Amino acid sequence: MEPSLASYLALSGILFAIGATGVIFKRNAIGMFMCIELMLNAVNLTFVAFSRYYSDVTGQLFVFMVMSVAAAEAAVGLGIIIAFFRNRVSVDVDDASILKN
Amino acid sequence: MAGTVLFFVFAGFAIACALSTVYHRNPLYSAVSLIGVFISLSCIYVTLAAPFIAAVQILIYAGAIMVLVIFVIMLLNLDEEKPYRRLNYLYALGGFLGIVLLAQTFFVFVAVNKTPKHTVAQDETVGKTLSIGANMYTEYLLPVEIVGVLLLMAIIGGVILVRRLNQPELELVVHNESEKRHFEQ
Amino acid sequence: MTEILKTAFPFIVWTVGVLIAFQMVLMIVAYTVLAERKVLGWIQGRIGPNRVGPWGLLQPFADLFKFIFKEDLVPDKSTKFIYFLAPLVALTCALLPMVVYPFGPNLTDPLSWLVPYVKDISYLGDATAWIAEQAKNMPLTIARIDVGVLFVLGITSVGVYGIALAGWSSNNKYSLMGGLRSSAQMISYELAMGAAVIGVVMLAGTLDLNGIIFAQIRSPFRWYIIPQFIGFIVFLIAAFAETNRVPFDLPEAETELVAGFHTEYSALKFALFFMAEYVNMFTVSVMCVTLFLGGWYVPGLSHIFEVGSIPYAVVSHLAFIGKICAFLFLYIWIRGTLPRFRFDQLMNFGWKFLLPLALLNVIVTIIIVYFLNVN
Repeated sequence: MEPSLASYLALSGILFAIGATGVIFKRNAIGMFMCIELMLNAVNLTFVAFSRYYSDVTGQLFVFMVMSVAAAEAAVGLGIIIAFFRNRVSVDVDDASILKN
Repeated sequence: MAGTVLFFVFAGFAIACALSTVYHRNPLYSAVSLIGVFISLSCIYVTLAAPFIAAVQILIYAGAIMVLVIFVIMLLNLDEEKPYRRLNYLYALGGFLGIVLLAQTFFVFVAVNKTPKHTVAQDETVGKTLSIGANMYTEYLLPVEIVGVLLLMAIIGGVILVRRLNQPELELVVHNESEKRHFEQ
Repeated sequence: MTEILKTAFPFIVWTVGVLIAFQMVLMIVAYTVLAERKVLGWIQGRIGPNRVGPWGLLQPFADLFKFIFKEDLVPDKSTKFIYFLAPLVALTCALLPMVVYPFGPNLTDPLSWLVPYVKDISYLGDATAWIAEQAKNMPLTIARIDVGVLFVLGITSVGVYGIALAGWSSNNKYSLMGGLRSSAQMISYELAMGAAVIGVVMLAGTLDLNGIIFAQIRSPFRWYIIPQFIGFIVFLIAAFAETNRVPFDLPEAETELVAGFHTEYSALKFALFFMAEYVNMFTVSVMCVTLFLGGWYVPGLSHIFEVGSIPYAVVSHLAFIGKICAFLFLYIWIRGTLPRFRFDQLMNFGWKFLLPLALLNVIVTIIIVYFLNVN
């Protein structure tokens, strides 16, 4: 017996909720970045679960696209974090609210 | 039966690791917990008959993205976050958002359970490398090309963002930093 | 009774197989350590360890007992949980790829020799026919999965956490520098390694390691090292960098960093790192042999023994182990010969030379495969 589609969706929803809450709770840019990755993964899980239950490969292809976008996001996001750290010696997003030096 | 047991084991592990990601203030602990989430999700993909996606999940998320994150954490030598000094309404907002999303999840769970089961003949080739590759380079060629261009843009953007500062800029940063430390003492 | 036997038999066979495989790999790894010390000794005009047992053959066990009984020091200011986690991650990730190693060819009837002995035992009598049926086409692989190459690459790339986390959690500047260097090195050389594998995967048309070997047997060249020579060279160099071996052993450069990421590790935890390094060497040797040297395939062996018979499998398996040992020897030889890179040289070499070369190889292979398929 396999678990039903609903349980996969529930797991995905819980992970997404945790990630969304984390993005707001974290002050650390890297922490926020990781929570966003968590949300992306929660969505990937729904894609794969639907792909399994409708026996259609499209969902898995979308997961692949999401992963590529996440990789691009990691490269640019971490670049921004490093550039920001060089200027402010901090990765705290609250410090990013000032436009001038 | 075995599928259900595996699902609950890995789902529990994933949720515990996700909670620990949000809970820990030390970014390295968060990162290690997040790797746990990725690996347990990969195991769930295996039970969902998607071996290719499971392997790519490990390769890209656990093997590339999180290594970069940990590398940055180590490079910047980040320590624990300072005690929260944010406005309280943000916590209220975050908690509210979490509760709404959980309620929505519960609603989806109940609604999907109620709907009559939609059975499709299981096609065992779905999820194998061959079917994914064949679809990727025929029906979904345009998205693949776009993703390729996006990755190229990310490479260029990353290089430009973290390029070495020239000497006057570097001296300015060092100067600002030393003044800040002096001021804090 | 028969029912129980029928249910349990596959598990028993599989468990025994897995245990034998693990035992064999760990023994080879243990003796690689001894061989390294011996060969290095000969290269440097010394004798090498020769006190424990005949010709020092029991040295690995002596080392093991020493590691077990040493005092286990934990630095006071370390991050305890991650400090304990790191060696486990390193060794687990090193051992996991063993699941997909192609140890040998398929056996069509491996247990036929067992039938005459078992037939007289009453409670096994009914099961023999069934056993013979089940054992047909038994591959000498623990798990034959569709994405073997990706699995190995993924698990080995997870292995970098062991080193990075060890460096971070020891709370020691040498460890941190070692961990940083190692993560940078592994990220850089993984790309070249993956790009080198793509050529082979395109020629073979599969990601399954056994499938790649069968594709090589079908191909006119027999071994992919001939059409993919550039890929082989890139893969070999990247493999040296991935396993942190000389000339890429910057993460643990003794003269600069004390001992690198494992400076603060002692006793059994250090032994785990040490073992992980050698198991990783074994893994990349297996990948080299499987992807480029035809794995267990010996050209012309099918004329001597029947394909699928036990002698055929044994000789093929021994050939597989022999090829791996040749690679392990190459590792030791290079360690005795070459000096170490400087860190900027390492990065320049990886990004400006190795990766473009691997990409060029991919492009050329794409063109060749395209024209082969057109005709």
